[in-house]
Amino acid sequence: MSVKERDPLTGHQTTGHEWDGITELNTRVPRAVWFFVFVTHLWALIVWVLMPTWPLVTTYTKGLLKIDQREEVEEAVIEANLARADWSEQIEALPAEGIMADPALALRVNETGHQLFGDNCAGCHGLDAAGGPGFPSLTDAAWLWGGDTDTIMETLRVGINSQHSETRFAQMLAFGRDGILTRDQVRVVADYVQSLSNPQPASERLVEGAEIFAANCASCHGEDGAGNRDLGAPNLTDAFWIYGGDDESLFTTIHNGRKGWMPAWEDRLSLTERKILAVYLHERRQEADR
Amino acid sequence: MMSSLTATERSRAFMITMTVLLGGLVMAAVGHGDPIGMQGWVVILFTAVVGVVLLKSFDAPDPVEDRSASYYDDPTRVGIIIALIWAVIGMGVGLWVASMLAWPNLRFDAAWSSFGRVRPVHTSGVIFGFGGNALIATSFHIMQRTSRARMPNQVLPWFVLIGFNLFCVIAASGYLMGITQSKEYAEPEWYADLWLVVVWVAYFILYMRTLARRNEPHIYVANWYYLAFILVVAVLHIVNNLAIPASLTGAKSYSAFAGVQDAMTQWWYGHNAVAFFLTSGFLGMLYYFLPKRAGRPIYSYRLSILSFWGIVFFYIWAGSHHLHYTALPHWVQTLGMTFSVMLLVPSWASAGNALMTLNGAWHKVRDDATLRFMMVAAVFYGLSTFEGSFMAIRPVNGLSHYTDWTVGHVHAGAMGWVALISFGSIYALTPVLWRREAMYSWKAVELHFWLALSGTVIYVFAMWNSGIIQGLMWRTYGETGTLKYSFLESMIAMHPYYVARALGGLLFLAGACVGLWNVLMTVRHMPRHAPERDYPTSSEATEPAVPAAE
Repeated sequence: MSVKERDPLTGHQTTGHEWDGITELNTRVPRAVWFFVFVTHLWALIVWVLMPTWPLVTTYTKGLLKIDQREEVEEAVIEANLARADWSEQIEALPAEGIMADPALALRVNETGHQLFGDNCAGCHGLDAAGGPGFPSLTDAAWLWGGDTDTIMETLRVGINSQHSETRFAQMLAFGRDGILTRDQVRVVADYVQSLSNPQPASERLVEGAEIFAANCASCHGEDGAGNRDLGAPNLTDAFWIYGGDDESLFTTIHNGRKGWMPAWEDRLSLTERKILAVYLHERRQEADR
Repeated sequence: MMSSLTATERSRAFMITMTVLLGGLVMAAVGHGDPIGMQGWVVILFTAVVGVVLLKSFDAPDPVEDRSASYYDDPTRVGIIIALIWAVIGMGVGLWVASMLAWPNLRFDAAWSSFGRVRPVHTSGVIFGFGGNALIATSFHIMQRTSRARMPNQVLPWFVLIGFNLFCVIAASGYLMGITQSKEYAEPEWYADLWLVVVWVAYFILYMRTLARRNEPHIYVANWYYLAFILVVAVLHIVNNLAIPASLTGAKSYSAFAGVQDAMTQWWYGHNAVAFFLTSGFLGMLYYFLPKRAGRPIYSYRLSILSFWGIVFFYIWAGSHHLHYTALPHWVQTLGMTFSVMLLVPSWASAGNALMTLNGAWHKVRDDATLRFMMVAAVFYGLSTFEGSFMAIRPVNGLSHYTDWTVGHVHAGAMGWVALISFGSIYALTPVLWRREAMYSWKAVELHFWLALSGTVIYVFAMWNSGIIQGLMWRTYGETGTLKYSFLESMIAMHPYYVARALGGLLFLAGACVGLWNVLMTVRHMPRHAPERDYPTSSEATEPAVPAAE
């Protein structure tokens, strides 16, 4: 069976073997293949000489360039921190208005703040900071705990209902579920709450709602429903809603209660970064006002 | 089908099935309250179905045909059909997870449908379900043909095929229950891993015994590749899955490796799974079906040797390129990078050998979609091996790593190379296996080819774009030296490409459905036609392995 044949097309001989009709030519390996084998091996050899490559028993060949990725990173981090130092110290030292008055610093706040906000806050509050169902807008006039730079920085530091030992704490009771109010009473007081931002003609129902509100809600939201920033109780007289101001959302809120959650950033973002965020947010809000 | 087994073989098969069923019962009993209990029920159900199939022809008379006059093809036939069914399942789930990435609400808020559980169903479904069954089935065919010998045993091939599919079913159902050991492409837990070792050793024994019975003096190249696939996958599987079960009555286990050693072991496995599962075995397929279909001799036997030993030697070192710029020591990264580049020429030598083999048969490539499947597969093989070596270079990897470029690269290989060579081989094999004149519809093969090719091209281009944009966005600095984009913005920029990717996947899946339909119609409706000389030679007819004098 070992009969070598010549392939008429290529002129090459077969190896003389045949498997289920398949034969092989004994063509020699093309020069180009050997050339590229040589090139890739030469390249590898050069890299081996230059870079850390081969393990020895307790160490490894360091390479002529003495490059080490860990040292490279450490140097790069030191360098980057040095480059930041001049402006990050300024941001730490200056009050918010001072920062934005300096155009060079303002540019840094805008660029760094955009990225910090995108990677840390936008997941909940949205890239445009306009919030969404359950997550407050940071560009409107309504603030649970206060919207000045210092208050925002404190909220960032400790979070809301977070695991931080000094966390801000706020909870709305589940008035319906816990049996404090009947379902009808919940509906009535919901109508009253809606009338605070959207005035309705006086009616018996609203009077009853006002009574329920005074007895159950006013302690946190205030007699007039204007909220209380010390307690993180939202203003109910404005047009801004976190969980929605329609009948169904309001009923759910009053019936089941609410307890929003924001992480504490003290251990995750530096003071400078938090300050940049606070100033950045302030700017976004002013932009939205304009 | 089972009636071609003798009564002894049937009862042996039944005993094995019942033993596994008993194992399932034990898992269900001791694992009550743990996911392993549910897995026990999966095993019971699976083996019960196998048992019923066996019992249906249990009392049939012994077959009378002369075994030495034919190859044993029943397991190959079943394997081909199962492979195509897995292709539809795996690619269907792939389309789902791709759509989930574009429209996240498509997960319908159930625990089992979360991305992290469904994605491994896709990866295992296509790699092991489709690829694995295609490999096992074609290897059964090729090892017999190129040895001109029948398999030594009729129960063992069934054990390998059905046992392997039991592993696939345990794996896929386990993922949906949340069982995983968090090793990519090696997610199944310890009991499934142990079972696969048993099946794999049986596979190795079967292959070696068939080769030992060969009536050809030399072993054909395809067999080298299949053997490398079987042997190295066994080693990879065993080492990477070394673990201590938290309890023998629970699914959870703890890996024998920790920290960076764990990462290195995982990617040594992961990369060589690509090398020896997704490359070596499929090169075996290519080396048989391409010259067979083209009717041309292999371009160069010497090139085959160069590329085989090059691939086998260099691939094993390359895994650490998955861990560039990580806690892995720098010198391991350099080794991985340089060996990945040295690997390029042997890989291209295989692709080149395949394409040069087509010289003198290009008119067939033009006219015959089956051969065109194989030709394009070889092109994509060359393309993705070049891309792989390129991405393994550290600075390039700094841009490409963790981006969709990696996903695109994998799919250029998985769709363009692995799936296309499998489909081409299946179309070449089906008429031979079922003794049919031709495929039921050559137009459907042509349609499948264009669906698969356009699907792959759309997919890969979408991911190249997406990956490079992603990589660049992550490293773009603003005027003040801070990063310009947040991660979320890069996600939003990806959306159109994710939609395009899902479209590419849809086309590819449609092609697989056409393929399954075409194979089933061929089996059912095409007239019989016996291929020439498709039977083993008797051993007396061959000359001795070493000719007396030459």
